[in-house]
Amino acid sequence: MASIAPTTIAENVHGELAGFWLRLVKSPTGLIGLLIVLTLIATALFAVWIAPFDPLQMGAGPRLQPPSAQYWFGTDDFGRDLFSRVVYGARLTLQIGVIAVGISLTSGLLLGLVAGYAGGWTERVLMRLVDVLFSFTEIVIALACLAILGIGLTNAMIAIGIASIPFYARVTHSVVLVEKGKPYFEAGIAAGAGHVRMIFLHLLPNVVPTLIVVGTLGISTAVLAAAGLSFLGLGAQPPEPEWGFMLSSSRDLISRAPWMMIFPGSAIAITVLGFNLLGDGIREVLDPRQVMR
Amino acid sequence: MTAGHTMSGRPTAVSDCILRVENLSISFGRGRSKNQAVQKLTYRLAAGETLAIVGESGSGKSVSSMALLGLLPAGQALVESGEAWFEGRDLLAMSEAEITHLRGDRIAMIFQEPMTSLNPVLTIGRQLTEGLVVHKGMSQREAEARAIEMIELVRLSDAASRLRQYPHELSGGMRQRIMIAMAMASDPAILIADEPTTALDVTVQAQILDLMRDLKRDFDTSIILITHDMGVVAEMADRVVVMHRGRKVEDGPVERIFVAPAEDYTKSLLAAVPRLGRAAGPPAVTSDIEPADDGSVLVRARDLSKRFRSGGWFSRDEGVLAMDEIGFDLAPGETLALVGESGSGKSTTGRAILRLIEVDEGEILIGNRDVRKLGQASLRGARRTMQMIFQDPFASLNPRMSAGRLVMEPMVIHGVASGSELEDRTVELLRRVGLEADHMRRFPHEFSGGQRQRICIARALGPGPKLIVADEPTSALDVSVQAQVLDLLLELQQSLGLAFLFISHDMAVVEEVSHRVAVMHQGRIVEMGPRQAVLNNPRHSYTRTLLAAVPMPDPTRRRGALPTLDVAAMPRGPLAEVAPNHWVAA
Repeated sequence: MASIAPTTIAENVHGELAGFWLRLVKSPTGLIGLLIVLTLIATALFAVWIAPFDPLQMGAGPRLQPPSAQYWFGTDDFGRDLFSRVVYGARLTLQIGVIAVGISLTSGLLLGLVAGYAGGWTERVLMRLVDVLFSFTEIVIALACLAILGIGLTNAMIAIGIASIPFYARVTHSVVLVEKGKPYFEAGIAAGAGHVRMIFLHLLPNVVPTLIVVGTLGISTAVLAAAGLSFLGLGAQPPEPEWGFMLSSSRDLISRAPWMMIFPGSAIAITVLGFNLLGDGIREVLDPRQVMR
Repeated sequence: MTAGHTMSGRPTAVSDCILRVENLSISFGRGRSKNQAVQKLTYRLAAGETLAIVGESGSGKSVSSMALLGLLPAGQALVESGEAWFEGRDLLAMSEAEITHLRGDRIAMIFQEPMTSLNPVLTIGRQLTEGLVVHKGMSQREAEARAIEMIELVRLSDAASRLRQYPHELSGGMRQRIMIAMAMASDPAILIADEPTTALDVTVQAQILDLMRDLKRDFDTSIILITHDMGVVAEMADRVVVMHRGRKVEDGPVERIFVAPAEDYTKSLLAAVPRLGRAAGPPAVTSDIEPADDGSVLVRARDLSKRFRSGGWFSRDEGVLAMDEIGFDLAPGETLALVGESGSGKSTTGRAILRLIEVDEGEILIGNRDVRKLGQASLRGARRTMQMIFQDPFASLNPRMSAGRLVMEPMVIHGVASGSELEDRTVELLRRVGLEADHMRRFPHEFSGGQRQRICIARALGPGPKLIVADEPTSALDVSVQAQVLDLLLELQQSLGLAFLFISHDMAVVEEVSHRVAVMHQGRIVEMGPRQAVLNNPRHSYTRTLLAAVPMPDPTRRRGALPTLDVAAMPRGPLAEVAPNHWVAA
């Protein structure tokens, strides 16, 4: 499409994007979600300056100190500063969310798109395979992947990504089927468009908005799943400051040092809430009925 | 018209006034996005009268009636002012509970879509008796007896067994009859009918209108008929309120509105209505240019058959024969109209010619090329010469592409032009169809319905086609816009020598645009010939029924009883030539 005046398209895209952000900020859910997620990103990026201590440094303070002016979130059983650990944990959490969803979203998108567009036997075979995977709970698939790949946070991310491929494949497939039934799709074929043009110019732009919403919501699921795996000892390994792992190590000290559980736990909850709100906000904004106004 | 009786002897005495709407104003949204949907609407409805509220989309005709029953979408629409006096009470001042009590009892409503307004998981009987039990305090047995009586009144057979059926077991016309039975069962004082026949085929529409007229007489009900169809208005209404952009333009007895409209808007609305038989008078502009009569043929279709099979791999379902030995020729620059009711196979035929669907048997030649034998790549290349215009212009435009890119697309695909030449050509095409150059940057949702169809037309013209299949190109448009789009299509045909395969259910539109007409019924062409011959001298019984069912936008010409059509005895055999080029199923 090099032949189209670049200014025209650039202006359109620019206008559309500006409108998107404006509408997102105007909806209360979107705004709160966006603020939480932006805070999380900023925390991860500037962890070096925000955190007062090295998150891995043992004996930064006395062991099991309750929250105080010096140790905001208290210290753990190795005397590490919990606030610093939670701040650095944001990095790991974002990595988990982005990598896991990245894996499942791209693979699922590809599978669903090919199956939905091709139809016939390709569709039947691909979607039945997806159904087979879908019949196991995600955690079982993730555990199986970990058994093959070995324990560790990176492998946990990959495992979670693989485990949720069927979900994204199904969502994409159903959206593709809906879009394929619309007259503009037939209009494209009637105009003489080939497969590449039909998939990338007609289908993809109409499928992606739904997947952005689903993907944003999916980040929170991935974060929870990773926390779960780390809690079981299959994800993050000591001394990584991963929130789920921090929770699991607080288990035995829950009555003596509840802050060891409260702060990582709240961090997970707020992150999940933030991505959920952002996802809802984006959905509201991308809803065609809203765009029509 | 003073109090007393109109020419047709219907009472319009002001003293009989049963509903008085005063200064009704309704708005949507608030703040800067506020949109005044209805402004100071005032009208009266007399007892036993049919009042038609006519207008194009966005005129506020539906909204104003929904407001009477408290059915406006909560939180979005607001009744700003006004009164609606019915039986000594103001409907607009009633509480939710009071209006609910009235709704479906003293004032009943029927809607456009009989399928969506019936609950699909409840039986007909349950839905018919529910209102009677609630509003009239009948016992279940009494209600059932009344329901059976009502089903008989709306002329459905096997009334007792209908009670156990579900909505999906009935056809569209039958469902609308059930809706009417439901509305009339409580013997309402007012029936509000919102486009009651718009979704129905023309022969079914005629039956439903007949039924409504008879019921109105028997029950002495007043009807508020909301419609865009001037034919239906002429046939049904005693008085007419014309609305435009939320305001009442004028009102008056139906005869006066049609014969001597006072306002310019009403005049233009009436002038835009296609009238069957108009083209039979002075030669219409449309037929000025006759297709080249040198025997050249652009499209030759022979013995096309297509069966849609449903069910799974092991199903013994025979499926539906959507096309049954369809054959026709189309000359360059000629318009052949495919006419028929829903399910007649006319759209399937149009798509089959373009090979958007594969036929089971038959031969399609377009300019000596056998379309059915083309491979994928050469088929895509061949699409340059054959383009399509769809019924729903909005849905057929990719919502995420700008008008400019949409119009460019076929030209890019077929390598017609590139760079600044492409841009120039796009601007030229947009101007050609009556749009502006700066419309290029806008997206489909920023256009009106008529403008969207113009984009679709520009898109189809881009690669310089010889054949355009137009599938109901104007049926989603308002009547004044329809007239403009039809004019545009005709003008383009004359200047570019396009051949149209024009698919339509509207006989009046067909008469205006086509050179030849093929009437389809259940997958077969039952009559085909020159426009004048088929429409003025129909030989096939189905064509005659179809023509007789078309409502005439002329209140002085009341349609007689419909000829009953015996589908089983209808000749459906091979076409035989009864006059030069006039073929009828034997």
